[in-house]
Amino acid sequence: MAAAGELTPSEYIEHHLSFFTKPLGEEHGGFWALNVDSLIVSILLGLVGIGFIWWVVRGATSGVPTRRQALIELLIDFVDEQAKGIFHQGDRHRFVAPLALTVFVWVVLMNAMDFLPADLVGLVTHHVSEHGFRYVPTADVNTTFALSISVLVLTIVFAISVKGVGGWLHELFCAPFGKHPLLWPANFLFQMVEYVSKTLSHSLRLFGNMYAGEILFLLLWMWAATGLWGTIFGSVLGLGWAIFHILIVLLQAYIFMMLTIVYLAMAHEHH
Amino acid sequence: MNLNLTLFAQAVTFSAFIWFTVKFIWPFMLRAIETRQKTIADGLAAAEQGRRSLELSTRQADEEIKRARDRAAEILAQAEKRAAQMIDEAKSAAKEEGGREKAAAKAEIEQEVTRAREQLRDRVASLAVAGAEKILRREVDAKAHGELLESIKRQL
Repeated sequence: MAAAGELTPSEYIEHHLSFFTKPLGEEHGGFWALNVDSLIVSILLGLVGIGFIWWVVRGATSGVPTRRQALIELLIDFVDEQAKGIFHQGDRHRFVAPLALTVFVWVVLMNAMDFLPADLVGLVTHHVSEHGFRYVPTADVNTTFALSISVLVLTIVFAISVKGVGGWLHELFCAPFGKHPLLWPANFLFQMVEYVSKTLSHSLRLFGNMYAGEILFLLLWMWAATGLWGTIFGSVLGLGWAIFHILIVLLQAYIFMMLTIVYLAMAHEHH
Repeated sequence: MNLNLTLFAQAVTFSAFIWFTVKFIWPFMLRAIETRQKTIADGLAAAEQGRRSLELSTRQADEEIKRARDRAAEILAQAEKRAAQMIDEAKSAAKEEGGREKAAAKAEIEQEVTRAREQLRDRVASLAVAGAEKILRREVDAKAHGELLESIKRQL
């Protein structure tokens, strides 16, 4: 068990679900704080994932590829196929496809942290932070919102770079209902709702799935507190959930990547 | 679910990773893949080219063989014709030769017959003369009746 002394189930879960937050100012719990755990883990995972690909790509040959290179090529080919299927409005190799690759690799790795057994990781992370260390960055809203808001900013940037500021503003007020000035508020409202709901659903879908996965693991690990048979039962269920979770991890990362491409493709479209 | 500065920190991290991938990963991998695709495409094209030229040369060789076979058949036919002709010629020559020899033999035989007949005539005449001499020895002078005997001899 994680902490010393007797724990109630809710205390156990709460303990595992508390962030390692470093406030930047005096006050606690405000906006000016950093979730050090999410940051460290996500940056490490990004460095490992992107770094591995970079390492392979540096030694890439156009001849017969090594197994390592073939793996990366498969991955890149897969992402490129998806981008090719959705994004027709320009050269996808310039930005959209590499963006999709980054998103996919990073999100898969962050999601996959869920497979680590919470209490074993706790043994290590307690040396860093006694009061909680969340090692699944995508189960942190800050991470998923950071991703989705970045994508939102990118869609606006691309919309403006493709259509110009005038074109973008025109679209903001004149689509989808029509050009009539009386319809401007309705159009603008519609567009705002679209932007906000896109961003919210983009991030909350990922967050919800990963958070739920984490909680379910914690609930299963609580069987270990009931004795030997409980531990075995919990382990079997944990294994089952972990296997199913592989699907969720990959699927959510895939969906996140696809939506990223779709949103960017939509930003390139003229109404 | 409390939002804090992590949001921006993560966004910055994200942008850094995007930038890195766009700048240092994607172009290189893409170049390697595209170069290989080109190599493979070239190889396939070359193979296709080779296949086509092989087909062409096979067809040429077939034609050449066919022509040679036709030529051989022609030569054979000519030779057969020539042989038949030679045999015919030889046959007719032999026939001609045989005929000639037969004619020569016939002529010789006739000559022989004539000669034998001549001799026989002479002998008959002399026999007749001798008989007549014997009969007429006493009454007929051989010289006086020689003229008559000669005319008889001629009639034989």
